[in-house]
Amino acid sequence: MSDTPPPTREHGLELLRLMILIRRFEEKCVELYSAEKIRGFLHLCIGEEAVTVGALTQLAPDEAVVSTYREHGHAITRGIAPGAVMAEMLGKQEGCARGRGGSMHLFDAKTRFYGGNAIVGGGLPIAVGLALADKMQGRSRVACCVFGEGAMAEGEFHEAMNLASLWQTPVLFLCENNLYAMGTTIRAEHSMLDLAKKAAAYNMPAATADGMDVLAVEEAARSAIDHIRSGKGPFLLECRTYRFRGHSMFDAELYREKSEVEEWKKRDPIPDLIARMKEASLLNNGDFSRLEQEIEHEVQAAVDFAEAGTLESVEDLTRFVCSEPARL
Amino acid sequence: MNARKITYREAAREAMRDALRRDGRVFLMGEDVGRYGGCFAVSRGLLEEFGPERVRDTPLSESAFVGIGIGAALGGMRPIVEVMTCNFSLLAADQIMNTAATFLHMSGGQFNVPIVIRMSTGGGKQLAAQHSHSLEGWYAHIPGITVLVPATLEDARGMLWTALENPDPVLIFENQTLYNMEGTLPENAGAVEIQHARIMRHGRDLTILTYGASLWKSLTAAETLAKENIEAEVIDLRVLRPLDDETIMDSVSRTHRVLIVDEGWRSGGISAEISSRIMEQRFYELERPVARLCTAEVPIPYAKHLEQAALPQVETITTAARELVHCHD
Repeated sequence: MSDTPPPTREHGLELLRLMILIRRFEEKCVELYSAEKIRGFLHLCIGEEAVTVGALTQLAPDEAVVSTYREHGHAITRGIAPGAVMAEMLGKQEGCARGRGGSMHLFDAKTRFYGGNAIVGGGLPIAVGLALADKMQGRSRVACCVFGEGAMAEGEFHEAMNLASLWQTPVLFLCENNLYAMGTTIRAEHSMLDLAKKAAAYNMPAATADGMDVLAVEEAARSAIDHIRSGKGPFLLECRTYRFRGHSMFDAELYREKSEVEEWKKRDPIPDLIARMKEASLLNNGDFSRLEQEIEHEVQAAVDFAEAGTLESVEDLTRFVCSEPARL
Repeated sequence: MNARKITYREAAREAMRDALRRDGRVFLMGEDVGRYGGCFAVSRGLLEEFGPERVRDTPLSESAFVGIGIGAALGGMRPIVEVMTCNFSLLAADQIMNTAATFLHMSGGQFNVPIVIRMSTGGGKQLAAQHSHSLEGWYAHIPGITVLVPATLEDARGMLWTALENPDPVLIFENQTLYNMEGTLPENAGAVEIQHARIMRHGRDLTILTYGASLWKSLTAAETLAKENIEAEVIDLRVLRPLDDETIMDSVSRTHRVLIVDEGWRSGGISAEISSRIMEQRFYELERPVARLCTAEVPIPYAKHLEQAALPQVETITTAARELVHCHD
């Protein structure tokens, strides 16, 4: 069990609800992928929920997130309706990007969710630019970019870190270090395995958090965001986590031992939080089965919404290549 | 209206100064645009007038500062991003193609990117193979962006503001050899439309379709041709994406002969696209197959005689036009 102090009952239940919602949502995606209703690449965040929920709930509702192709959890945590996310994956126009983006490209203007970016590292400068726009317009907000440790080998990571620090833009660089860039182990991608140390080269503060402990992530993210909000510039937060499933649905997982996956599963953030809440008498069996039931209904409702969705007319194929005047 | 003497460089600078004055959301960002005054001295004096927040020197990080421009545009600003040369823009090609041109469609219409990216293009100054290429035709391949190629003082002065008002990404390619070009502009010169090609010289015998520095070479060639009683219609394309098919096809219908002069390479270039469109839309009105004069398919060399031999020149344009008109099967 992790050793951070237990949360309050209400707060713990909310963290648990979000983590289980994401887990069940992702499991449902596997089902729908097997049924050939979801196609293309499908990247699941099962195992990484503590990072998603712990960090992204610390941002204010109007703060921007620029994410990666493994972003279903990020989108749901930021308040995009699970139905709109699922509809997107089914290619329906009720989806949060009208079915134009799919699993890797979830977008939502209302919650300021700027993708779903599948060029590794490509989203980082976007977040710096969003933060720069806020700074130049006198708004006090944080922009957050999420990326894996694979992105830290890209030039765009180093360029964006340097510029964010040089211009003191309010950016949270949130690294989900799951130890593999697709199938390449971190030992084969980075000369420096202590990733947070890279920030020092850019005169930027950084911290490392246990990404399997939602409360530890929460605490680290809160203090990182406090730092940024106080006008002290950007911050790099590395969360050490693990994905329990393959890189995508096409992954035969030839690059890692099953025993390694099993070891990490012992640190599953969901049972961990449940155990800690039970031990602190913050959760009883009734709470838990009620929660599971509510989530099952919510995920089913998302699937129903997506299945009932409609396909955009092929005549609209070329809409939105360029902006169009507002339709009456 | 009073006219004043001005260079292309000054016209481009005046366009930026005007935009920075008119709209607080506008800012300029790029390598050496501030203290240095711009690699081609286009932004000289703007730092002093607008300060380092709005005239921002960047490190040599093309991908990041173009990406940051995109982010700032998404965040409500109206950035002008200067990339020194279009060769360097390849370091930012990911952001231009995968983000700027893609976001609106990929997000189902939610996120447009009102960014303007200026860059120099073209050869002729002995800058060799990593500073001299003409990649505007490449960028014109990409749906979602507008590609402008100002050749005249009027366009150097007027295209920027209209581009900034466009809700989507606009790329402006300024030919390096034009910066010192001098001419006159009315005192009140301002914004121009960015949708149409312009007939620069009327003629009945053939149409020369061109843009950028080749426009002026083509107009000089047309003078020579006129002395031989060949009247060339010379069209400045001005916008490579979207192409103004109507102006092109109307001219083809009048002259029935076409020469395309393009400083880009021939294979898979914008000249190939224009030629195809003419074939698709005016095949039966052509007296002769469409002719093309492009840059030789080599990386631009340093040595002056080789560089000049690689680029379209007044003489080669004149010869190509003459052959097109005089050749009878």
